Amino acid sequence: MDDLYRDYILEHYRRPHNFGVLEAPTASYEGSNPLCGDRITMMLGIADGVVREVAFTGRGCAISQASASLLTDEIKGKTVEEVERMTPDDVLDLLGIDISPARLKCALLSLDTVAHALADDTEEKAEEKAEADGSASGAQSH
Amino acid sequence: MADLATTQRKDQTEPARLDPYQIRADFPILATVNRFGKPLIYLDSAATSLKPQAVIEAVDGYNREYSSNIHRGIYELAERATGAYEAARAKTARLINAPEPAEIVFVRNATEAINLVAYSWGRHHIGRGDSIVLTEMEHHANLVPWQLVVQEKDGDLEFVPVTDDGLLQLDVYEVLLHLRPKLVAFTHVSNMLGTVNPVREMVEMAHAAGALVLIDGAQAVPHAPVDVQELGADFYVFSGHKMLGPTGSGALWARRGLLEAMPPFMAGGDMIREVHLRRSDWNEIPYKFEAGTPDISAQIGMGAAAEYLMALGMESVRAHERELTRYAMEVLPREVPGIELYGPAAELRGGVVSFNLPGIHPHDVAQILDRSGICLRAGHHCTMPLHERFDLAATARASFNVYTVPEEIDALAAGLRDVVRIFDR
Ligand SMILES: Cc1ncc(COP(=O)(O)O)c(C=O)c1O
Repeated sequence: MDDLYRDYILEHYRRPHNFGVLEAPTASYEGSNPLCGDRITMMLGIADGVVREVAFTGRGCAISQASASLLTDEIKGKTVEEVERMTPDDVLDLLGIDISPARLKCALLSLDTVAHALADDTEEKAEEKAEADGSASGAQSH
Repeated sequence: MADLATTQRKDQTEPARLDPYQIRADFPILATVNRFGKPLIYLDSAATSLKPQAVIEAVDGYNREYSSNIHRGIYELAERATGAYEAARAKTARLINAPEPAEIVFVRNATEAINLVAYSWGRHHIGRGDSIVLTEMEHHANLVPWQLVVQEKDGDLEFVPVTDDGLLQLDVYEVLLHLRPKLVAFTHVSNMLGTVNPVREMVEMAHAAGALVLIDGAQAVPHAPVDVQELGADFYVFSGHKMLGPTGSGALWARRGLLEAMPPFMAGGDMIREVHLRRSDWNEIPYKFEAGTPDISAQIGMGAAAEYLMALGMESVRAHERELTRYAMEVLPREVPGIELYGPAAELRGGVVSFNLPGIHPHDVAQILDRSGICLRAGHHCTMPLHERFDLAATARASFNVYTVPEEIDALAAGLRDVVRIFDR
């Protein structure tokens, strides 16, 4: 009866893939959509430039949860560069439904959160590198 | 004879019943259909109300027949515009029983009215260590402006907590008043819980403690009789667009003495009496606070809305909406298994019902109902702290107005059953 709430979307909402936590993620980020209260945390396990593991937690609407479920399936095994090149349209294609402008933020929260996690990750690496290059004081304040 | 006597007595105590079906004919938008050919079922009046023909025509009349600036021209059109604008002020004053129209400052909306008070009064009266008492149920519009004031002035905010039933904890309020706050600001009616606060009592308590009081009437003025003199408040703010008027219209009421003592909020044309290169004299109230060309047609429309509401009778409006609320709170739990309603009993609230369906995000609820032409609000309704208080990420909200009929609540219940069916399949 409803184009948006197809069976597979609801299936991903009820039983999202990759829902849970990683023991030791190399990158993670909590993204939120303040307007609707959607909130997800993306955790990535990256080794040799490849996303080996991915998991997410959080709560939100069917669209944002299904999108996170589909996206995490999609990026597992991809290189960081490939993931970074993903566009909003790629995510909309994964969802396969017409998203109204009001719901775009819900649909794209997962990609946005992954992008932030990756950005944080590279920054951390740069910081670590800088720290290693600079003073030899091993103490880390975070 | 005996019959007549009882009818008469009844007339005195009970307001005339509104005929919402007849009222609906005044709202052209209610004759429209959505992209699926479904008639409009508008249950988001707390966000903004629909506009009756009388308001549409008032706005249109200005634009078609006498569009010109106010308080300036001396030709016929300008006099007409000025007359209509000032007549709108007088009607707005009458709606809330303000002692005089000059105490009504026209602004764009309730938010602007609160900011005006925060900038003009707040920044001059709140100092280091001074406190402002608010409540946990405030709309962001009556929270964030005060955060800015106390951050800048090194003051403090205190909050009256909300009970699980959605009522203000007046015993805590009393304790907070011992802090001798400079200002107490609270909403008359909650836009999420629907709670009608005991404002008169709260004003008395605040005054006894030496505080001034600002009441956010955005959800009250459209739905019930408001008499600012009886309430005894110092500042009272509301938006035109929630009371059947156009967007871009709103009002601040404050006692003359306060307004006269307050410095201007914005500066420019219209708000001055005399301008010299290095200093100026302020105009009299309310013009001192109305710098620049206002939204003339919107305010004229707000005046028409006030007139429309007064013709219906605010007691009747309140009775109609209370009946709808009672009906909704009875029908929804009965027809929609598992639905969770928030806020106090129907007797203690305005026409607002917030709820959730278990395991279904309100955005999905609103999206599915949209198909059936049902307009419902989903989100935090600009009350994030209140949602946090109830540990909710978001809620769905149905809100009513003079044109709402019980059949629309039935349609909502049926729509919600469909939502549950879709998610349970
Ligand atoms: C209680 C309350 N206060 C203030 C406002 C702000 O109104 P406006 O956006 O018209 O300034 C609203 C509107 O949502 C409200 O419900």
